[in-house]
Amino acid sequence: MTAGRGMQLSRERLLEAYRSMRTIRDFEERVHEEFEAGNLPGFVHLYAGEEASAVGVCSHLDDGDRICSTHRGHGHSIAKGCDVEGMWKELHGSSEGLCGGKGGSMHVADLSKGMMGANGIVGGGPPLALGAAMAAKTLKTGKVAVTFTGDGGSNQGTTFESMNFASVFRLPVLFVFENNGYAEATSSSWSVACGDIVNRAPAFGMPGTQVDGFDFFSVHDAAGEAVERARSGGGPTLIEVRFGRFYGHHEGDNQSYRAAGEVDALRRDRDCLKIFRRRVTEAGLLDDAGLDAVDADVAGLMDRCVEAARAAPRPTPDQLTADVYVSY
Amino acid sequence: MARVISMRKAINEALFQVMEEDPTVILLGEDIAGGEGSPGDDDAWGGDMGITKGLQPRFGKERVMDTPISESAIIGTAVGAATSGLRPVAELMFVDFMGVCFDQIMNQAAKFRYMFGGKARTPVVIRTQIGAGYNAAAQHSQCLYPVFAHIPGIKCVVPSSAYDAKGLLIQAVRDDDPVIFFEHKVLYDEVRDDVPEEMYAVPFGEANIVREGSDCTIVAIARMVHKAGEAAEALAGEGVECEIVDPRTISPLDEDAILESVEQTGRLVVVDEAYPRCNMAADIAALAAREAFGALRAPVRTVSPPHTPVPFAPELEAAFIPSAGKIADAVRRTVGYAA
Amino acid sequence: MTGGRILAVTVPKWGMAMEEGTVTAWHVEEGAPVAEGDEVLDVESTKIANAIEARAGGVLRRRVAAVGATLPVGGLLAVIAGEDVSDEEIDGFVSGFAVEAAADDAGESGPALRFADAGGRRIRHVAHGEGGEPLVLVHGFGGDMNAWMFNQAALAADRAVHALDLPGHGGSSKDVGDGGLDVLASAVGAVMDAADAARCHLAGHSLGGAAALQAALDRPERAASLTLIAPVGLGPEIDGGYIAGFVAARRRKEMKPLAERLFADPSLVTRAFVEGLLRSKRIDGVDAALAAIASRLFADGRQTLDLAARASGLGLPVQVLWGAADAIVPAAHARRLEGATVRILEGAGHMPMMEKASEANRLIAAFAR
Repeated sequence: MTAGRGMQLSRERLLEAYRSMRTIRDFEERVHEEFEAGNLPGFVHLYAGEEASAVGVCSHLDDGDRICSTHRGHGHSIAKGCDVEGMWKELHGSSEGLCGGKGGSMHVADLSKGMMGANGIVGGGPPLALGAAMAAKTLKTGKVAVTFTGDGGSNQGTTFESMNFASVFRLPVLFVFENNGYAEATSSSWSVACGDIVNRAPAFGMPGTQVDGFDFFSVHDAAGEAVERARSGGGPTLIEVRFGRFYGHHEGDNQSYRAAGEVDALRRDRDCLKIFRRRVTEAGLLDDAGLDAVDADVAGLMDRCVEAARAAPRPTPDQLTADVYVSY
Repeated sequence: MARVISMRKAINEALFQVMEEDPTVILLGEDIAGGEGSPGDDDAWGGDMGITKGLQPRFGKERVMDTPISESAIIGTAVGAATSGLRPVAELMFVDFMGVCFDQIMNQAAKFRYMFGGKARTPVVIRTQIGAGYNAAAQHSQCLYPVFAHIPGIKCVVPSSAYDAKGLLIQAVRDDDPVIFFEHKVLYDEVRDDVPEEMYAVPFGEANIVREGSDCTIVAIARMVHKAGEAAEALAGEGVECEIVDPRTISPLDEDAILESVEQTGRLVVVDEAYPRCNMAADIAALAAREAFGALRAPVRTVSPPHTPVPFAPELEAAFIPSAGKIADAVRRTVGYAA
Repeated sequence: MTGGRILAVTVPKWGMAMEEGTVTAWHVEEGAPVAEGDEVLDVESTKIANAIEARAGGVLRRRVAAVGATLPVGGLLAVIAGEDVSDEEIDGFVSGFAVEAAADDAGESGPALRFADAGGRRIRHVAHGEGGEPLVLVHGFGGDMNAWMFNQAALAADRAVHALDLPGHGGSSKDVGDGGLDVLASAVGAVMDAADAARCHLAGHSLGGAAALQAALDRPERAASLTLIAPVGLGPEIDGGYIAGFVAARRRKEMKPLAERLFADPSLVTRAFVEGLLRSKRIDGVDAALAAIASRLFADGRQTLDLAARASGLGLPVQVLWGAADAIVPAAHARRLEGATVRILEGAGHMPMMEKASEANRLIAAFAR
């Protein structure tokens, strides 16, 4: 096992990363329960199992850096610092939700945290990330943009355009392709003609790397290198994160397209939280007691959030027509 | 005052002035300078119609960017940058090309503010050409602005004069909402009028009463304002006085000005170069029927092209575009209507 | 042409933007005698309607344009001649009449715009005519040089007539400092200097009246005479609602009723007149300048300025013209200027130089001698 830059993080930073991943996991497990109980309107796409990607990348970013997310955006939102209670209320459609109940699960956003929005359109994010990167470049802020895209979104024309465009302008942007093996119910081993998404990087004139998405440190180290390159004017990078999701495309997905026992094996052997715990304790960086304390803390937070969200106020009819325009 | 310039010059001047005024304004689009990476001249074109000529030499390549032909990337860049501290003005050569980047406009730019609970501002301007008249055929001649007026969250500007083009474009850049600025390609040189040298903003949602008259209201959009003017001249010779209302922006739409005029004349003809199904003429006719039914002395008439793509052959294209003659006929039938 | 024996009545150019005029009414029958100054017919431009007067006496021999006809500026409306001129000569005159190129091809007509410097502020002005003792015209609050569209050319037959845009207005610098009168008066002074003559006659309307008066007070040796048209600065009363409304108005609907308060006959207010006011207000900096001037000079609906006492001791010929139906500044203020010649114009509101242009022109021309 190599001691990359992630293994050299301070105890505080490691605990912070673990807390963020644990928060995402608990959030998603509780959303699963609440949705199944019929307490949430609409539909939701869960990120459980993929936490190392969002947290591994976002641990290099501050509020001034921007990310664009996908329909599976809860994890990115939490990793980027969005208020968890506000997210819970948003999922309930409360007027106290992060987006006033106007967006819901698929449009969680907080620009003040650099979160430009989960996105209901596959391939919708990469062009927008170009804009954040262009603003950083033009205004010389030293900030970067990251677009998280699934293996499905990797096949969109908008994504191809954006990668070319980013290289042409040497924009400070990361294209993070979260390849969880399925675009809805279609396997990426079938839909990505070049096999691995990372193979597309040279075609668009940028460096590319493929990382183990079950391992926080693998993602963290690759993202750190790419963010540094972007900040120093070196242009875009493609990162393909390989892993699998613990739930279906959306809640209610029967997942009959998956192999028997696939998810059980993932949960048993490839859980990024378990792998993180094993690596940091074996290396003597953190101890179980400290990590257990985080688990308990997050569980308590989630209890309070769920309770608050259930009791949160509902929007009033006048909010139907509010905030379409700044002025009209 | 007393400085007559073309709409082409007016738009170019507005862009110069907003870029001088505000360092966060950037321009991007295909060949808006022209010559990027080529062995010959920089600023070789200044836009496919020359509207952005001279801007890159003045403001540099950091602020005036030629781009690859990648409409989604262009609009996405503009929209994303608008949420990140810039005021981008993207040029999308022809509105007909919106098909390849529509998502960035209708699902992203238009919806951020609402979806994000009022916490986003997206001050982006998309300039694009509309209209038939140059025998450019079905994929370079459409109006399509009704498609965008349909979408909440976007403002749609349809200038008919050089004065309005400059003032509305300055307002568009200063506006905090996404604005699509539809420039009728025939008007670039066909229209010349008084334009102040100073900067000024024409407010959105404020129609212009182009001509006063008591017999029939004609609401007309973009180039059709001028066709309506020709018709009104002819009709004045017959003793029929038309009032021409130019909405200037179709979203927001100055419903008050339209209804006020209809209340006075009791008659309405709406002229729209966009295809007839679900166009602004249909929308405005419905407005009058809904809000001014009691004042109407004749059925509302609309003058629009037939429900066909824009043809190439000059004589077919001429038959497609609403003419002054067709407008005058519609007014005559309206004025001559007997219940 | 036939020289002085046959007189052409043509479409005048009221303001630089005017390209054509439409006949709306005839006041003299064919064959009837007309005296100099008689109203012959009414013509309407997109901006405003006004009467056209005979420039010399004679017989109205021919009405060339019917009611409803639209002619370009310079187009022939009527022919005035003596009884001794034959019908054939009149026919020949009409058929041979060519519209002079009053408006050039580009439509960029009229004298060139000029710019004077007033303490670092750019002051736009334009001159008609040349020679004589120049006359400087100063518009009112919220206006610009176009306020004199019926007057400037008419007064310029035998002298240079300058019209300017005050600071904060039209094409002049929008910096009005604290909004006080000094900045406005200095602009008048700058144009007097640009007129390049030992002395100038001054005529100012409303706020421009006060600015002209202050300019004369500043440098009495440079002023030959002063015509004040419905000036501010002579009493506390003013229509504060008009001032506040004008500063705030952005839309046609808001501006139209305000514009109608300016005239005795509100039907004179066309959509183009309203659009003209809005166009000038849309220019960057104008609204802020108007607000600054209003808060300094017309605070709380009252005039803060009283120049009457100082003006009475000016030692210059002073004439005051006021519309009897002025709803903005009361005509009674005219009486506060001792020694001034006061003319109250019946049938006029706050804009007598527009509403009663011919009468105003005659009075200004006769006084500024």
